[in-house]
Amino acid sequence: MKRIRNILLELRPEFDFEESTDFIDDGFLDSFDMVSLVSSLEEEFGILIDALDIVPENFSSVEAIAVVVHKNGGEI
Amino acid sequence: MKTVFKRKKISGILGVLPQSEILFEDEVGNYTFPEKQTLRLKKVMGYEKHCVVKESTSSSDLCIAGLEYLLSKEMIVKGDIGAIVVISATPDYFMPNISNIIQGKMEFSNSVFCIDISQGCVGYLHGLASAFMLLEHLDNKKVLLFNVDTLSKKVSKQDRNSYPLIGDAATITIVENDHKAKDIHFCLYNDGGRRNALIIPAGGSRLPCSPETAIMSDLDNDGNLRSLDNLKMNGTDVFTFVQTEVPPLIEEILVYSGYNKEEIDWYLFHQPNKFMLKKLAEKIGIPYEKMPMNIVENYGNPSGASIPITTVHNLGDSLKDNKYNCCLSAFGSGLTWAAMTMELGEMDFCEMFVSNL
Repeated sequence: MKRIRNILLELRPEFDFEESTDFIDDGFLDSFDMVSLVSSLEEEFGILIDALDIVPENFSSVEAIAVVVHKNGGEI
Repeated sequence: MKTVFKRKKISGILGVLPQSEILFEDEVGNYTFPEKQTLRLKKVMGYEKHCVVKESTSSSDLCIAGLEYLLSKEMIVKGDIGAIVVISATPDYFMPNISNIIQGKMEFSNSVFCIDISQGCVGYLHGLASAFMLLEHLDNKKVLLFNVDTLSKKVSKQDRNSYPLIGDAATITIVENDHKAKDIHFCLYNDGGRRNALIIPAGGSRLPCSPETAIMSDLDNDGNLRSLDNLKMNGTDVFTFVQTEVPPLIEEILVYSGYNKEEIDWYLFHQPNKFMLKKLAEKIGIPYEKMPMNIVENYGNPSGASIPITTVHNLGDSLKDNKYNCCLSAFGSGLTWAAMTMELGEMDFCEMFVSNL
């Protein structure tokens, strides 16, 4: 989880992700941030994220992101 | 639509580019987003530079510049042409058509069949299918197929969703009958229920342009400034559409045409951005090397001209002496998605021309 939080902080340092219950609804991440996030996650965890997993609800929280990483073969 | 075209070939492709290249880094300040956040997209999306026409340049200007080049180099003969087909979402006028402008300015015979088809990113496959059908009625004459878009005029320069990736370009493809040509397989689908994912809301008969439609604002509360006169793309919806519809379409066209994935030498796809194409290649299960994805970084996404620009940029002269089994695919406004398998090669020409437009 810490690795995911570090990526999020690197991506949008101006936000406190601990304060958000939904990164998308709260405006912390837009669709282009999701693209950058996917690229960073793939690099960090050495995985390829399935295109159909790249939907807003899968990037709404650290826990949701962890599920996507795990589903695509990443070790959390 | 699902069909086979017989005894047809492409004998030449010319890409026509504007002179001006704009660097992504020089435009970062136009957007309301933090600079660092925007610059991160450079590598992932392939934003590097894009080609944009001058304010005074229209779509037909690009077509005519390319045509003058072909005629001056004697790469085509005017009398061989039986039809002028133009595919564009950015016409010079509502009327007359670009094909009529070309026919008149370039003094083609009055008996040449002229038609414009309004289509976006799938324009090349629409154009080829139309050209193949016309060739059944042109005896030994050829079709001049133009794909042209000057979308830079319809996209807000403050819309980070769309402006960095668009590019203006035209292509001219010579399509003709060839009794030795391999069969060409074609599949095309539409879903107008999802038409609002890519739309220019104003400027047509539904909502004519007015001072009100030109007002710039953050219409979708996403940080992008655009007016109703500008193109609006729902990036998330378009991404999901492409990743959902295109992989099964490619499976279908390969089964239909009898090729397996390995037998295809080149997957020449529409060029929305590098990220989307990489994900598509992974989903379909083909190596990145067989699917060129370098057009956005070099020219921007040239809409309906993207497949021929990709072909010229990546294969160019090699298509004069070689033959390749190719799978072409495009997807975009409509929403529309299509694929075609055909042999490309032994062309008379396949090159790029940079105009002064």
